[in-house]
Amino acid sequence: MNAPQKLTLKDFSTDQEVRWCPGCGDYAILKTIQKLMPEIDTPKENTVFVSGIGCSSRFPYYMETYGFHTIHGRAPSIATGVKLANPELDVWVVTGDGDGLSIGGNHMMHVLRRNVDLQILLFNNEIYGLTKGQYSPTSKVGTKSPSTPDGSVDMPLRPARFALGAGARFVARTIDTEAKHMTPVLKRAHAHKGASFVEIYQNCPVYNDGIFDYIKDKKSAADTRLLLEHGAPLLFGQDQQKGLRLNLKSLQLEVVTLGEDGVTLDDIVVHDETNLVLAQMLAGLSTPEFPEAIGVLYCQASESYEHSVYEQIKTVRAKKGIADFNEVLKQGHTWTVS
Amino acid sequence: MSVVEKVSDQVDQDPAVSAVVVRFAGDSGDGMQLTGSNFTEATALHGNDLATFPDFPAEIRAPAGATFGVSAFQIYFGSDEVTTAGDDVDVLVAMNPAALITNLKDLLPGGLIIADADAFTDKNLVRAGYQSNPLEDGSLDGFRVIIIEITKQVIASVEPYGLSHKFAVRCKNMWTLGLVMWLFDRDRSVTIANLEKKFASKPEIAQANIAALNAGHSYAETAELPSGVEVYRIPRAEVAPGLYRNATGTESLAYGLIAGGRLAEVPLTFASYPITPASSLLHTLAQHKEFDVVTFQAEDEIAAVCAAIGASFGGTLGITSSSGPGISLKGEAISLACATELPLVIVNTQRGGPSTGMPTKTEQSDLNQALFGRHADTTLPVIASSTPADCFDVAIESVRLATQFSTPVLLLSDGYLANASEPWLVPDLTQFEPFPVKFETEVEGFSPANRDPETLARVWAKPGTPGLEHRIGGIEKSYTTGDISYDPDNHQKMTDVRKAKIDNIENFIPEQTVSQGTTTGKLALVGWGSTFGAIHQAVRRGRAQGQDVSHIHIRYLLPFPKNLGELLAGFDEILVPEMNTGQLVNVLRSQFLIDAKQLNKVSGQPFKIREITEAITTLLGESA
Repeated sequence: MNAPQKLTLKDFSTDQEVRWCPGCGDYAILKTIQKLMPEIDTPKENTVFVSGIGCSSRFPYYMETYGFHTIHGRAPSIATGVKLANPELDVWVVTGDGDGLSIGGNHMMHVLRRNVDLQILLFNNEIYGLTKGQYSPTSKVGTKSPSTPDGSVDMPLRPARFALGAGARFVARTIDTEAKHMTPVLKRAHAHKGASFVEIYQNCPVYNDGIFDYIKDKKSAADTRLLLEHGAPLLFGQDQQKGLRLNLKSLQLEVVTLGEDGVTLDDIVVHDETNLVLAQMLAGLSTPEFPEAIGVLYCQASESYEHSVYEQIKTVRAKKGIADFNEVLKQGHTWTVS
Repeated sequence: MSVVEKVSDQVDQDPAVSAVVVRFAGDSGDGMQLTGSNFTEATALHGNDLATFPDFPAEIRAPAGATFGVSAFQIYFGSDEVTTAGDDVDVLVAMNPAALITNLKDLLPGGLIIADADAFTDKNLVRAGYQSNPLEDGSLDGFRVIIIEITKQVIASVEPYGLSHKFAVRCKNMWTLGLVMWLFDRDRSVTIANLEKKFASKPEIAQANIAALNAGHSYAETAELPSGVEVYRIPRAEVAPGLYRNATGTESLAYGLIAGGRLAEVPLTFASYPITPASSLLHTLAQHKEFDVVTFQAEDEIAAVCAAIGASFGGTLGITSSSGPGISLKGEAISLACATELPLVIVNTQRGGPSTGMPTKTEQSDLNQALFGRHADTTLPVIASSTPADCFDVAIESVRLATQFSTPVLLLSDGYLANASEPWLVPDLTQFEPFPVKFETEVEGFSPANRDPETLARVWAKPGTPGLEHRIGGIEKSYTTGDISYDPDNHQKMTDVRKAKIDNIENFIPEQTVSQGTTTGKLALVGWGSTFGAIHQAVRRGRAQGQDVSHIHIRYLLPFPKNLGELLAGFDEILVPEMNTGQLVNVLRSQFLIDAKQLNKVSGQPFKIREITEAITTLLGESA
């Protein structure tokens, strides 16, 4: 292998024409990731992007790495196979709310609980874009779409909550157009051994435009966004005057204001990424009652699945010694006919 | 103690016994499969040729005494070539009334019944549907019946070991095995060793079982059996010299896949989801991790095939395995593997269908699915194994085709082959021609669309190779660059080349041979898969009687060997016996425009030799 040379964003861009709609949040994510790649110490040839079906899943075609655009919902399974074949590969899964949580919900659950060492980026735009605008499993109740002209009636799920419920050991949330936030989050996801789940709030300008304006808009963001930092108190609002306190009677988080009713900084919950119970509470927070948690909700170090698989193989090999397959064929009760 | 023997006057025993069919039948909890497998081992070591047919219910532990819970193990062994598990039963061991009533119809007139009198209680008789006790009412007068109070005998024989009543009664199968081993002059030492190994952590259970085995043997030997029941001595069979072992189809298929991986010099990633009767392949491979096999039990059938495809993209050979219903679920992903032209092996251990059907019974009804069961024009090689031992060679062949032609390959086995065993001439892997995979490493001129000019195989460039970064996917690709292309002419060209690649395989497989008989003649029986044994014997008997009949057995079902059409044209009549409603026969008719006849059986049971013999005689009679 040649001595590593400094790569740039351009080295990670393909010659393929990018075919998302003008103004799609996916452009911003693509740019952020192409820019991030040279900063990650993985050889380009060891990087693999795997996707399913949907707008987000076109992603691999635009990354000058190895890539596999597979079938609807199955990217986590294909990626699991890639990692089992070669654990040295650095595998990213790009999926969406329909791909990853509707048709592929089962695979998502299992890849997370198994803890396969992947970075799973779920672009959540709360709509089916590629099939022209039907509501998705993350669409808010009342979403009007071609398949729900009178508004959807079923409860959406929250991807980060789902991931925690499935046993994910790294769960984060970030926003499509905010490279400054997304870049360090993705670096953390990349550094984590095991399945890292990153939900990216992503705008679909054609079928669900402005769905995340409440949290992206600078005017409202202070009150709707809870920026997480490990070891820091859960504060938000203009001048960080509001915070989250644990109500010991209801065992729920509640919004309080510093200086009001005797509330001090000591009353505010301090973010601990390794606390699963806290992460689950944070993942469930929704506007307008609460700000929504942005950043790393949960990070718990553990062994990855494929690492354990290969460790087990090593143990078996050590126990059995270097076996001759021809000899194995002769095992069991044999007899000779002369 | 009552020992009763009834021999019908009109039945003559053939003194020159050269082959015998024994069936052990009892409750699914009676240990009949274990009894059968131990008897099989002893029989193989005795030097007989043999074939076995385990037939068990889908229920893991059905209520005791229920007819639907009867588990049976049949073995056919003899001094002559044995290729089926036998048509009719000579010796039936019936551990209870349900076992008797469900198996009696297969017993030959004058056949021997060994029954446990203690199990013929009023309750069990009612449960089996008997109005009166068949051991007493004369309804078994056409058979030879040995009635023994086996349960009482067993309890007495294991008394010194202090077992509870429940555990003591469980030794019943070994007592019975001991008795049958005496009948056929089998050596008990292998069974004793097996018991010691199986119950290594519970020596008192091991000793009790061994005591029961020996007691059953002594019981038979020490003249407590009435005269007329003699020791059957089956002469040794004449088989090719070499080292032999017993192998089920599952075992030889698993070994064949490993062997294929070694000949291709590529590690294997085996991803599967449990389903009867295919699961044992996963179990077997999971025991051989030391041979570059990674096994993965996925969350479902789709995940299993997708992980296998991902593994092939990642630079190992992905293999997945299932039975018909699971293969249906994998269909979309198999088409992805066709579209991306990645190597993949898919093993279908067929079972009775449709839907859940009869999971533990055998059938050949997934041929249409294998040939046509996907969306769009997704042609892929289909090959079938014909005997338990043949599974080894066919597995190697599936790996060769997948890796040499960058294509998914469908390997058809079935429930009968998977569970049946036969003596297997242990292969020597050094005698096989290797077919090493050449992963692309050359950056100059690389395109993921590059093909081998001879095989038309798409280049295999694995992630981790510097300079060969590329994207593949399910969207149609440019023939020249591999980039996404919606160009109409390009789609035509890609569809054509994908088909041409598979058609071209006919130039890389052996020509079709006649497995028995002549290359032209009055009648050819054309089979595929596990019907081999029954067709083989039927044709042999026919030819011995002077009938002009030959046997052609097809391993390569897609593409066919290139001489197949010409070969079939050399016969006046073609008869295609299949365990489905006529799937291969329709392909032969449409492809070769011939008036092939069909013989079909869809009962969950393999063909009997007699059924095929009758069809031959009917056809030759008509055409004579």
